[in-house]
Amino acid sequence: MATNAIEAIAGERRRVQLAVSGVSKHFGGLCAVEDVSLSVAAGSITSIIGPNGAGKTSLLNMISGVYKPDTGTITLEGRDITRARPSEVAALGVARTFQNIALFGGMTVLDNIMLGRHVRMKSGILSSVIYWGLAQREEVAHRARVEELIEFLQLQDLRKQPTSALAYGLRKRVELGRALALDPKVLLLDEPMGGMNQEEKEDMARYILDVNGAWGTTIILIEHDMAVVMDISDRVAVFDRGRKIADGTPGEVQRDRAVIAAYLGTRQERAEAAE
Amino acid sequence: MFHSETGVFKTSYAADMALFPLPVARWAIAGLAALFVGVVPLMFTPYLMTLLNLVLIAVVGAIGLGILTGYTGQISIGHGGFMSVGAYTAANLIVRLGLPFWLAIPAGGLMAALIGIVVGIPSLRIKGIYLAVATLASQFIIEWTINHVTWISGGIEASIQVPPPSVFGWKLQSPVQLYFFLLFFAVLAIVATLNLMRSRIGRAFIAIRDQDIAAEIIGIDIFRYKLYAFAISSFYAGVTGVLYTYYLGIANYEQFGIDVSINYLAMIIIGGLGSVLGAVLGAAFITILPEATRLFLTDFGGALFSPDTIRRLVPNLTLILFGGLIIFFLIVEPEGLNRLWRNIRNYFRFWPFSY
Ligand SMILES: Nc1ncnc2c1ncn2[C@@H]1O[C@H](COP(=O)(O)OP(=O)(O)O)[C@@H](O)[C@H]1O
Ligand SMILES: [Mg+2]
Repeated sequence: MATNAIEAIAGERRRVQLAVSGVSKHFGGLCAVEDVSLSVAAGSITSIIGPNGAGKTSLLNMISGVYKPDTGTITLEGRDITRARPSEVAALGVARTFQNIALFGGMTVLDNIMLGRHVRMKSGILSSVIYWGLAQREEVAHRARVEELIEFLQLQDLRKQPTSALAYGLRKRVELGRALALDPKVLLLDEPMGGMNQEEKEDMARYILDVNGAWGTTIILIEHDMAVVMDISDRVAVFDRGRKIADGTPGEVQRDRAVIAAYLGTRQERAEAAE
Repeated sequence: MFHSETGVFKTSYAADMALFPLPVARWAIAGLAALFVGVVPLMFTPYLMTLLNLVLIAVVGAIGLGILTGYTGQISIGHGGFMSVGAYTAANLIVRLGLPFWLAIPAGGLMAALIGIVVGIPSLRIKGIYLAVATLASQFIIEWTINHVTWISGGIEASIQVPPPSVFGWKLQSPVQLYFFLLFFAVLAIVATLNLMRSRIGRAFIAIRDQDIAAEIIGIDIFRYKLYAFAISSFYAGVTGVLYTYYLGIANYEQFGIDVSINYLAMIIIGGLGSVLGAVLGAAFITILPEATRLFLTDFGGALFSPDTIRRLVPNLTLILFGGLIIFFLIVEPEGLNRLWRNIRNYFRFWPFSY
């Protein structure tokens, strides 16, 4: 009985939630992503690593609908989202952050995170204009959820600050908050620790693990810091020049000859592996 | 709009999110209400009332344009066109079907919103100066259509006379009567917009203006929301057109030419983009400026110029002042008059500890 339950949970965790298959994207003559497939299990943390220009961000852009792939398909829980617009992908429960933070600079931390709840709210033009009644009840209810996130991310003192006035690491945290406000099933994080100091990185890693642990959110993460990647990931996919060259558990990837040759190892190890 | 945070603690989200969270602000609003309802109509001469009425009409239009251009970042040089759509729609309904004002005004607004949506469709693909040109084109197409289709414009010099609005059988004709009528709609426009901008739709507008890719990523359907902005904004413009028609007693497309479109842009730029208070201040400023220039010249220019020269000088001087002020505010103070007001307010914000 107990083992059955555990197996059921394990099965649930292995269920493929997001499947990318045979996806390519060209820009002019440049092949940014070439025939990439990736299947992401529900509730897992998958990291994508690889040198700059490897096509990691382009892959996230295709998943979130910003770029349309030239070939291949992307499905979310069996539903084809290859050609879906970004707003449609978001409405299906996929949230993301950007490599170069894309907050609404003039707005407060609070308003940025409230905006993250856009797809969860319903007020139309008429009820907004009248406000008292429907729209107000909705604002207050969603404000409560946003306050939970503000507390979770320890942004209480900065609520009413415009985000443009915040330090870099804090802006990254607010952007995470805005993405979380969507109550996402799948969270795409593009270098969430880029440009951070060690302490900020540790905080961010903890938030990511907490989100994954507490809400079972599936996370796809692009990150350069190998210590963090190997520490928190269930799976690691390695990209190089538009191709996926390896994919497996952190341990498997670290032992992979192609990965060592292209990316991970010391100069000597790379030379040995390449022979 | 009004803040003094000294010694005030907010305890619930609803209170924190109120339009005027602070008691000071509520007192200020009450004071303003008393001033505009009680004092102004008693103190002002009919001439001043007439000028104030024009300001109130402009407030509605400027706030509407502000929603589109100031808050959503989509420029329109065609708002005069939307005003004339509202004016002629209402005038026809009033004259042909005898519609009362409370039906004619929303009808004019709705028709303008419909046309506004059509004009807004290119905004999916084009931005900035190209969108400006597209809206400018709509201005001329609307003008041409009204002028050439006699079924709309009624024939003689494309104008339609309308009776004054009547409330409970009272005909509103004097400047003071019209003042209360127009004040009602100006206040309605202000409150409706403040509400809109503090809820889901308004936040989405600002998001589109600030970061359109990020807005889409968090689930805002950009095209739909740009069209919402066009619809709402031209609704206000249509209502402005109807109010102006009631004010003049006649619908005439020449009252809503390209110069009007540009005047309204001047209002929101000088007042401060992305602010309701800015739109109100800008509307007042731009409406009063030509009159102030004229009065100033007739009082003080007599020594230098003949009355005839002064009459010819005023329109040109006004234009020069408009141009100069727009350039000044675009370059030096992009936040407009609204910023000047904020500076004053911030001084009193922690009053009496303002050092
Ligand atoms: N919109 C675009 N237009 C042209 N080239 C692009 C575009 N987006 C990405 N690229 C190119 O595709 C390649 C992969 O970029 P990217 O996905 O950003 O890599 P990574 O995130 O792994 O550093 C780079 O050579 C980049 O210059
Ligand atoms: Mg990248």
